[in-house]
Amino acid sequence: MEALLGRSVASWCPGATGVVNAVRLSGGASQETWSFDIVHPDGNIGAILRRAPQGYGAAPARAAGLHAEAVLMQRAYDAGVPSPKVLHVLQPQDDLGTGFVMARVEGETIPRKILRDEEFAQARPLLARQLGKVLAGIHGLDSSQLPELRRMTAAKEIAELERDYRGFEWPRPVFELALRWLCQRDPGPPQAVTLVHGDFRHGNLIIGPDGLRAVLDWELAHTGDPMEDLGWVCVNSWRFGEIDKPVGGFGTREELFAGYEAAGCRVDPDRVKFWEVMGTLRWGVMCCGMMQRFRIGAEHSVERAMIGRRASETEIDLLRLLAPRGK
Amino acid sequence: MQDEPTPTELIKAVADFLRNDIAPAISGHNAFKLRVSINALDLVTRQLALEQGSDAAEAARLVQLLGTQGSLGELNRALAERIATGEFDLQTPGLAEHLWQTTMAKLAVDQPNYASYKRELESKSS
Repeated sequence: MEALLGRSVASWCPGATGVVNAVRLSGGASQETWSFDIVHPDGNIGAILRRAPQGYGAAPARAAGLHAEAVLMQRAYDAGVPSPKVLHVLQPQDDLGTGFVMARVEGETIPRKILRDEEFAQARPLLARQLGKVLAGIHGLDSSQLPELRRMTAAKEIAELERDYRGFEWPRPVFELALRWLCQRDPGPPQAVTLVHGDFRHGNLIIGPDGLRAVLDWELAHTGDPMEDLGWVCVNSWRFGEIDKPVGGFGTREELFAGYEAAGCRVDPDRVKFWEVMGTLRWGVMCCGMMQRFRIGAEHSVERAMIGRRASETEIDLLRLLAPRGK
Repeated sequence: MQDEPTPTELIKAVADFLRNDIAPAISGHNAFKLRVSINALDLVTRQLALEQGSDAAEAARLVQLLGTQGSLGELNRALAERIATGEFDLQTPGLAEHLWQTTMAKLAVDQPNYASYKRELESKSS
């Protein structure tokens, strides 16, 4: 791998003499992430490769595609959204499959560390507001400069979740209640259709002691209702136990909204709540999907099996949202 | 009749062995997978202890709500269908309470440390 990367790097990074410390960080059914260092006389350059090797499974239908991800990340970077700089988009002669290389941003993505370690104590109170500002930046990206993306609506999202849930053939009355609730409250098209990141939450945000450093993983980017991103980041599953701080376990909705509005965008709190319910159901359906993949045997791991048992977490969260018990 | 020790006792013994003797000697991704595995065994012991009682209570509530008999799976499918068609909603007497009790019984097995569950337990007992 280092030899292949070294050959590629030599073609687009003047002065580079090779590649060291190549480590595979993660691998899914359709793509891989590698970390490596470019050896350079001016000092090593930390880099990340995101790629689909030749012969890998097709990307999920929802995925924007690696090429679109690279373009989005570059546009975000150019517009001042904290984002890794894209260094190179893979070409056939790289012989590395499809994908791109970006600068490695140092920082933390593990929620429990971000929420509990002393190192991030100064950052935590600032994050919700900062996330609001960054989301406003993402939603403000010039749509004429964007790659071709899926156009999503609430109705389409409900239909997809319902189809997936029915496919599991396992009755979940709480999911039924949520689907019904969502259908009845579909707010219709938003005032302005914008770019939506689609997976703006812990794990995809690099945090440093100074706050948010980079937004990652544009795989689920699409166009649609900007309030979707604000709702998704408030889903209880991303609070990691800090349930009274709706934004990622570190902040309030008011702070998130204030950061968003200070950047010149309008918040519709009812729509945000709608998308929070949708997001909670979506994560629940994804948990069931993990269990499905475990049972089919493609990825027969105890981790996947146990994620299936986390669907009930989203059921209690849906009940807390839709049928709160008298306090 | 099968002999002793019971499945619960056996699983607990295995889980304790992995937790106390093996886990400290393992690192990296396998340590993470081992932790998940131990969690899975703990979940199974909770289910063995709680399932019978919670299933019986759930079935009794469902029979009452739906006015029909059937296996727990059939009753749940029938309830899901009535919610999907709009015949049942949160105004239906007993539905919200049933969903709450059923969900709390699931969390007691799946994830008793989940913060939302602990909060609901507290607010119920206070």
